[in-house]
Amino acid sequence: MLFGRVVGTVVCTEKVPSWRGQRILLVDTTDPAGASTGGRAFAAIDLVSAAPGQRVFVVRGREAAVALTNAENPADAAIVGLIDAVHEPASEPASEPSSKPTPGAAG
Amino acid sequence: MFLGHVTGTIVATIKHPHLHARKLLLVRPEPTPGRPQPPSVIAVDSVDAGLGDRVLVADEGNAAAQVLGMPRGPVRTIIVGVVDEVMSEGDEPSGRSGARGA
Repeated sequence: MLFGRVVGTVVCTEKVPSWRGQRILLVDTTDPAGASTGGRAFAAIDLVSAAPGQRVFVVRGREAAVALTNAENPADAAIVGLIDAVHEPASEPASEPSSKPTPGAAG
Repeated sequence: MFLGHVTGTIVATIKHPHLHARKLLLVRPEPTPGRPQPPSVIAVDSVDAGLGDRVLVADEGNAAAQVLGMPRGPVRTIIVGVVDEVMSEGDEPSGRSGARGA
């Protein structure tokens, strides 16, 4: 599963019948910190009521399609969760603004 | 499957029912020498892995469904093992203190 951010909505009145009633959102891939990786944005089926601007995680490939009631559908990306927080201790100075730089031996 | 290191944890209250009550970990895949670092992925933990562990990750939907004991759903990346050591031809075992002279 990959990190992403919802950057837009896709409206299709005419679409594959197995996608009827599904929301399609435009997703930009990001790194764990939420910064865009600069790749091409892609359309994904929204399974968790995400909204533009939200950080999400996305499953790609065949597994995106099997979440819909009719598994025989052409989805290749699906939003499966909304990210509340990512804790990555090795690169986390931004989440603790009060902490001062540690005076290490190397300076 | 690929090898990686657990570098973080992910908190997500709203997620697909298939992922409810599952621990989500951030895994940084081990790069192939001479190739760029692949992006970190979010993986479902099935073996109680923790921060800093070297893990074996399966990235395939059927494998995930089997390990989780659920019908197929929108889950494909799953941690299936905590690696003790990896031995490849010509290598010292990585888990032991086998510092070579030259």
